[in-house]
Amino acid sequence: MSATGESLELGSAVPLSQQGPAPTRVVAGFGFWLFLLSDIILFAVLFAGYAVLSGATAEGPTGAELFDKRHVFLETACLLASSATCGFGTLAVLRTDSRAMFFWMFTTFVLGALFLSMEAKEFASMVAAGAGPSHSAFLSAFFALVGTHGLHVSLGLVWLVIMLLQVATLGFQPMVARRFFCFGLFWHALDIVWIGVFTIVYLGAH
Amino acid sequence: MLGRLSLAAIPFDQPIVMITVGTIGVVLFAVLALVTVKGWWPYLWREWITSVDHKRIGVMYMIVALVMLVRGFADAIMMRTQLALAAGHAQGYLPPEHYDQIFSAHGTIMIFFVAMPFVIGLMNFAVPLQLGVRDVAFPVLNSVSFWLTAAGVLLVNLSLFVGEFARTGWLAYPPLSELAYSPGVGVDYYLWSLQISGLGTLLSGINLTTTILKLRAPGMGYSRMPVFCWTALASNLLIVAAFPVLTATFAMLLLDRYCDFHFFTNDLGGNPMMYINLIWIWGHPEVYILILPAFGVFSEVVATFSGKPLFGYRSMVLATMAICVLSFMVWLHHFFTMGAGADVNAFFGVMTMIIAVPTGVKVFNWLFTLYGGRVRFSVPMYWTIGFIVTFVIGGMTGVLMAIPPADFVLHNSLFLIAHFHNTAIGGVVFGVMAGYSYWFPKAFGFKLNERIGKAIFWCWFIGFYLAFMPLYALGLMGATRRMQHYPDLHWQPLMLVALAGAVCIFLGIILTGVQLAVSIRARARNLDLTGDPWDGRTLEWSTPSPPPAWNFTHLPHVERRDAHWVAKQAPKPSITPKPDRAVGPIHVPRNTPIGVFVAFFTAILGFALIWRIDWLAVIGLVGVLAVGLWHVWQTDREMVIAPDEVTEFERRNVKEAA
Repeated sequence: MSATGESLELGSAVPLSQQGPAPTRVVAGFGFWLFLLSDIILFAVLFAGYAVLSGATAEGPTGAELFDKRHVFLETACLLASSATCGFGTLAVLRTDSRAMFFWMFTTFVLGALFLSMEAKEFASMVAAGAGPSHSAFLSAFFALVGTHGLHVSLGLVWLVIMLLQVATLGFQPMVARRFFCFGLFWHALDIVWIGVFTIVYLGAH
Repeated sequence: MLGRLSLAAIPFDQPIVMITVGTIGVVLFAVLALVTVKGWWPYLWREWITSVDHKRIGVMYMIVALVMLVRGFADAIMMRTQLALAAGHAQGYLPPEHYDQIFSAHGTIMIFFVAMPFVIGLMNFAVPLQLGVRDVAFPVLNSVSFWLTAAGVLLVNLSLFVGEFARTGWLAYPPLSELAYSPGVGVDYYLWSLQISGLGTLLSGINLTTTILKLRAPGMGYSRMPVFCWTALASNLLIVAAFPVLTATFAMLLLDRYCDFHFFTNDLGGNPMMYINLIWIWGHPEVYILILPAFGVFSEVVATFSGKPLFGYRSMVLATMAICVLSFMVWLHHFFTMGAGADVNAFFGVMTMIIAVPTGVKVFNWLFTLYGGRVRFSVPMYWTIGFIVTFVIGGMTGVLMAIPPADFVLHNSLFLIAHFHNTAIGGVVFGVMAGYSYWFPKAFGFKLNERIGKAIFWCWFIGFYLAFMPLYALGLMGATRRMQHYPDLHWQPLMLVALAGAVCIFLGIILTGVQLAVSIRARARNLDLTGDPWDGRTLEWSTPSPPPAWNFTHLPHVERRDAHWVAKQAPKPSITPKPDRAVGPIHVPRNTPIGVFVAFFTAILGFALIWRIDWLAVIGLVGVLAVGLWHVWQTDREMVIAPDEVTEFERRNVKEAA
């Protein structure tokens, strides 16, 4: 029992910090925000590593030679669109409208899977062209950064499937709704990270 | 089939290791046999291993820390003995490759598996009680965190018996730690045990930060929080901000070692200096993660045993948060000599000196709290006064080394070793020992033996000075760290003094065990029936010792700082609930084995990855996923404690106290 059931009163005379334990919904969301913060820091380190090593191509191919910006643009479009559908899905969870929820979340899954398959195709073509992660420090940093994001998206997809099964078996009980809320936060955070990847790695390629 | 694992991995040819392993084996077997014969397993499983109670988890963290202290200290005294012998032509008894493993294991164990679990254990135990709430924000996650730490402990200890440990120093700098120069499993043991326990620490940091920011008793605004909670907040914020850096850095090194990446290699554009920067961006905040809660303990102790409110509460809080922020701006002072240039060195040197200012504020606040107080010299107070004296010396040698030109002379010398032991022992160890004796009666309902407690203090205090003051001198004479042997016979007398100091500390560690045994046997004479043995000031002393699973029958209502003290001064205590006050049913989280199961499979995964046993790694991974899935479908997570049971507890308690 992490909190009492009382809800916080914003307009009350008692300051917010003195109103006692926050409700579980707030506590769970806050904890997940902190987790996302730590995840963003993990990405920050990978970004820093990429920034340091992006010129260390060891006389191998550079980013400008390797990246197909049109391909990455479509990839980006898929992921950003999936964030929008995920948002609609979260609204459906709040309305406990399971048909709309399944529709939007299924769309989210498809768009996420599309993104991943495009990324996998990009990776495979790079490795086939002899530009795998072992080739230079630049490529190591590239594969680690973009790959870690891809790993997060994959885990997000697994999580999404689990959430759909949870709704199917347990219904929209508060625990499930909280988890769905956290999933939404996670998915949007991955979008933000990807915008960084798209800007710094792909648009910034030289 | 077994990857790189074979019988050759067991060091049968090293008598020191085999004797140690044999002894550990016998002790472990005796303990397990005793537990089995006495039939304690069901109790241990039900009440401890599967517990999600923050108090029990805190106690288990501290037990792990104390056990690992013995392991880490064994490494220390081996090093001191080696250096007392290996002067001139004598080579001592430890060959270099073994000595390298010992100093690497000593540092790794003392920081990650002694200091961290002790500090996290204290925060886990005390923070929810001080905040006046029933548990941490995520009790089940708390259990997972603890058991992940335990999995890391298991792996690091396994390296003693199966394979080897890293020979790379406690931070495993590349390129030495790369596959090309460390092809064995030592660095892999290091990396996987720290990745696993680091994940536990991160989750614990998120948990405690959420607890402090979102779960406080009604009325407890930020300016009414006990200072220990403030320091715990700062420490956990640092964990959330710094540990992902460690995880990412180790992940890069793992990719280098396992997948032929080139982050830190010498060839193909790798950059070892990037590792050194990244590891210290984690490493410097890490020292504040450890010391800030210790500062918090001293603040509680000094106020309680002086019978006065803490002097300068606001400046104490500000100093804590200032240190929290500044700790991210000084990392480069760990490698002034590595070519950053004069301008960058000057910036980090100045920042390092600035961080001494808030620390100085704290020291004066403690002194002014003592001033004019009715000081009671109980064991926690001994540690506190010993700390103030010792830590100031350590701080001053630190400021000395913050001057880059001076650091060029002292870098990687025994002077540096003396400095950081001066702050780590004088600050963190003294702090956790103060916290241990201060909160022990709260956890178990009886006090520790005072006379032995004071003897332990003197052993550590005198032992510290004997062991490390010679190292300052030796460092100035040119002795370097990680040196297995030295030609200059003039160094030997000081090395012998240092060994004497280590023996003195050894006595203190033995006495800690003796104190525990004696206190448990004589507990009837030292019972704490009031729940407030030290005449305390904060909310943890307003509930019985040991507190019930639900901590507080009625959540206290806080109106001022030092809420329990204020309540005791009032003509009618307002916080202590009257036994006849109506109680409703109380919900507490149900115990669950998820934590120990997750850690079990994670340990298997880690072991398999260290030895490159693919099928076992798959089993570990699938196991983690399976128990995770089992857990998320559990819906019955709380149990209700009936009003009758609560009332009965209150009645019994009031009767005992009367």
